[in-house]
Amino acid sequence: MSLIPTIGIEMHCEMKSHTKVFSLARNTYSEEGNIHVSPLDIALPGTLPVLNKECVRKAIMAASLLHCEIPKYLYFDRKNYYYPDLPKGYQITQSHAPIGVNGKIVVPKKEEELEVLIHDIHLEEDTAQIEHIKDLSYINYNRAGVPLLELVTEPCFHSKEDVIAFLEYMRRVYQYTDISDADVMKGQVRCDVNISLSEDDTLGTKVEIKGVNSFSNIALVIDAEIKRQEELIHSGRQDEIIQETRRWDEATGTTKRMRNKADAVDYKYFVEPNIPKICLDSDWILSIQKSIPVLPMERLKKYTKEYGLSYVDANTLLKEKAISDYYDECVDTSIDPKVACNWVTTVILGFLNKEYKTISDISLMPKQLKMVIDKVSGGVISSKQAKEVILKSLESSCDPSEFLSDDMAQISDEDTLIKIVDAILEKSENQIQAYRAGKTNLFGYFVGQVMKETNGKANPVKTKKLLEKRLNQ
Amino acid sequence: MRSEILSLQEKMKKKEITAQEVLKSTLVSVHENQEKCNSFVTILEDAKVNENGGILQGIPYALKDNFSTRGILTTGSSNTLKNYVPVYDATVYEKLKQAGAICVGKTVLDEFGLGGTGTTGHTGVVKNPWDESRQAGGSSAGSAAVVASGAVPFAIGSDTGDSVRKPAAYCGIVGYKPTYGMISRYGLFPFASSLDHVGVLTRSVMDAAIVVDAIKGLDDKDMTSFDSSSIHLAENLQNGKLDSKKLFYIKEIADISSYENPSEELKDALSLFQKTLEQAKEVGFEVYEESMDETLLAAIPSTYTCISCAEATSNLSNLTGIIFGPRGESRNITDMMVEHRTKGFSPLIKRRLIIGSYVLQKENQEKYFLNAQRVRHLIVDKMNDFFEKYDALILPCSSGGAKPLEGELEVLNKSSMILENHMVIGNFGGYPSITIPNGLVNGLPVGVNLTSKIKSDASLLKMASLLEEKMDIHYELGGKSL
Repeated sequence: MSLIPTIGIEMHCEMKSHTKVFSLARNTYSEEGNIHVSPLDIALPGTLPVLNKECVRKAIMAASLLHCEIPKYLYFDRKNYYYPDLPKGYQITQSHAPIGVNGKIVVPKKEEELEVLIHDIHLEEDTAQIEHIKDLSYINYNRAGVPLLELVTEPCFHSKEDVIAFLEYMRRVYQYTDISDADVMKGQVRCDVNISLSEDDTLGTKVEIKGVNSFSNIALVIDAEIKRQEELIHSGRQDEIIQETRRWDEATGTTKRMRNKADAVDYKYFVEPNIPKICLDSDWILSIQKSIPVLPMERLKKYTKEYGLSYVDANTLLKEKAISDYYDECVDTSIDPKVACNWVTTVILGFLNKEYKTISDISLMPKQLKMVIDKVSGGVISSKQAKEVILKSLESSCDPSEFLSDDMAQISDEDTLIKIVDAILEKSENQIQAYRAGKTNLFGYFVGQVMKETNGKANPVKTKKLLEKRLNQ
Repeated sequence: MRSEILSLQEKMKKKEITAQEVLKSTLVSVHENQEKCNSFVTILEDAKVNENGGILQGIPYALKDNFSTRGILTTGSSNTLKNYVPVYDATVYEKLKQAGAICVGKTVLDEFGLGGTGTTGHTGVVKNPWDESRQAGGSSAGSAAVVASGAVPFAIGSDTGDSVRKPAAYCGIVGYKPTYGMISRYGLFPFASSLDHVGVLTRSVMDAAIVVDAIKGLDDKDMTSFDSSSIHLAENLQNGKLDSKKLFYIKEIADISSYENPSEELKDALSLFQKTLEQAKEVGFEVYEESMDETLLAAIPSTYTCISCAEATSNLSNLTGIIFGPRGESRNITDMMVEHRTKGFSPLIKRRLIIGSYVLQKENQEKYFLNAQRVRHLIVDKMNDFFEKYDALILPCSSGGAKPLEGELEVLNKSSMILENHMVIGNFGGYPSITIPNGLVNGLPVGVNLTSKIKSDASLLKMASLLEEKMDIHYELGGKSL
């Protein structure tokens, strides 16, 4: 009996914005607790929510790139429950009219494509953070009221690989569109996972695992929950799989029961009366949609199909939008796509990694890079020299032309090279005999001597040809 | 046109009296009123004249204790906030300060505004200055009592059902709540956000206009506020003209023939109302009788209960004692919150919070809460139809004068239930609504209410002022008269 797992995901992602979604406190990550807190964030009596337009804009952008239907009227709901991390006693969210419903998105899964169905995406506020230390609990309200996008997929996944491919891609999309930094390390992305097992097309009993905070844990959660449910089914205890909410227990690597459906919380949703219904202007929505940058999936297709890059190289370029943008600009300045890829992924990214810098820190413009590359293809300098020039330019933030000089020019003139080669060979009687006697790996020695004599400026291709000719005479 | 604010300012301008002297004598009167009526949670002994030079320069006033005032105890008349000192100012308070007004105290209300008697505040019952054995009405009980006693020319209240207009009627003063959103609610402790209005209590229509001119306006801290900069209430009272003066009343509420076995008090109240209608006609009003579906009218009180209790349940969920308010002693977080709320809330508010929670439950929402929303829409639609034809609705505020504090518990008389609760229509639709005194029943003041379509505040006040002038009622309380 083979069991098919069906998985749905709720992905919560903290958005990037200057201020929080309903208050004027700053929305920024801070090591220090309780410094970005407004009266509303701690629910002082009489405070009112004021909706942040920037957050609405980004939410509409997210709904649009997920090809969701966007409602004509924007409004919010209260989700009522008591918990110390929720100062108002309710969370302002969207349950009746999410900013986007019925969407779908195609994401890359290795070298294939995966279509993911979106139930809805909605805008809401984050809760405060509670930390338990010994027998005390500390509440940090910096996070209370931070804008949160909750993306709910349909139960459309059947493997953890699909889930991770989707989550990784969405994270990249949020970063590309500046909707969120989606920094998992800072807890900006948190997921709930719904899993059911079934022998056929019908869906089994759904179990929810709440608050999983890293992608690697999600894979573990899925494995563990599938294993738990499989064991129950195989041992005839199918009826012990009930609709319930569980949590991930990192210590034991298993999921643990939080509450079952019978004691499910009734959130008593109702429309938030302090935020009037807002008619969403269709021109505004259009202008938001026009401002969506080219997404990684489209770029991936272009890089691999049009430019012929490998999937691995394309992915390296796509890791960050800024790098991908830089690469696109290189191609736009008519550097050959493969050559450009080689320079960006090896020389430039190598430099950035070594120096802990980002692409926005460097002053080397794609057209300057092109100028140097052109000198290589024109045989003026060697690619080794070009690399040195570029690295010097990156290190000093100076124009690469400053590191190009006349005496750097390659010696390509055959007559000049013949003289140099002959002078070297005259001094190397022993080596020539050994070479001719079969020690052919000495060839490198002769090349090295020519390079040494010319400070590396001898055209290597021509040098090799001349040496071969002379030595094999 | 009568205005205590203008005449006081005139006296100050002519140097007959200084602002310091006004403030000093106000504080004396405030203490007298406090002794008599128990109107205040806090009296601001060290109140100072500010020199902001606004339109309320030097005018003392009282503020309901559900408006946030930085550094000044603000309790909502609840034990849950008995030691709460806010860190920020309500927009209304800030605007009054800018206008030069001086707050002399924070007045008692029914706990968080949930009540209409003035008897549920944590500092004790508020007594009616006309008769201390009677209620002042609520929830803006202290604000009504102190203005009626003549201690201050105006007080600020809040009105979710009729919490400004009803106590105003019972205390023989003017109570006005403008169109929803005209005055920012920022800093007003919420009861039911979709129904909550800021309102004023004064002894003349002109004073109500002057105060609201000073505190209204778009506020970027309240998304439901609107720009009313083209509305000038006081200026319109002085120089404005009314194009039309068509009033209507609802037969089922105001006609004595709609009641079986009416009490003598009710007969007196309704005949006084008829007299007021006659006076209205004498100053050029046309008065029409309209009829409304009795089922719809009968649904008003329960509709209000469902919506207001539901919103209140949610709005008061921030009271857990964790961030502010007395913290429960239990080590368990749930018990801690339960303890805070069990000890803090009065029985009346608990009852309402349970109703609110009940009507919002998943299995009940459709039947109660959502149906209440539908009824609210039906009533508002009906009223909007009326306002197409008429300039204002005119109705008596109550079936008689203020209720006794002691004695028989108020038995909700089915026949006068609608008469006692109709002013909530003004909150359902966010309509501007004003109550002015129209005489005495059994020696106690009663009021007449005018309600008109949204944003027609200027003409509403003009109509009320015409009627006020015609009726020419002058009460003398506490040795002060207008």
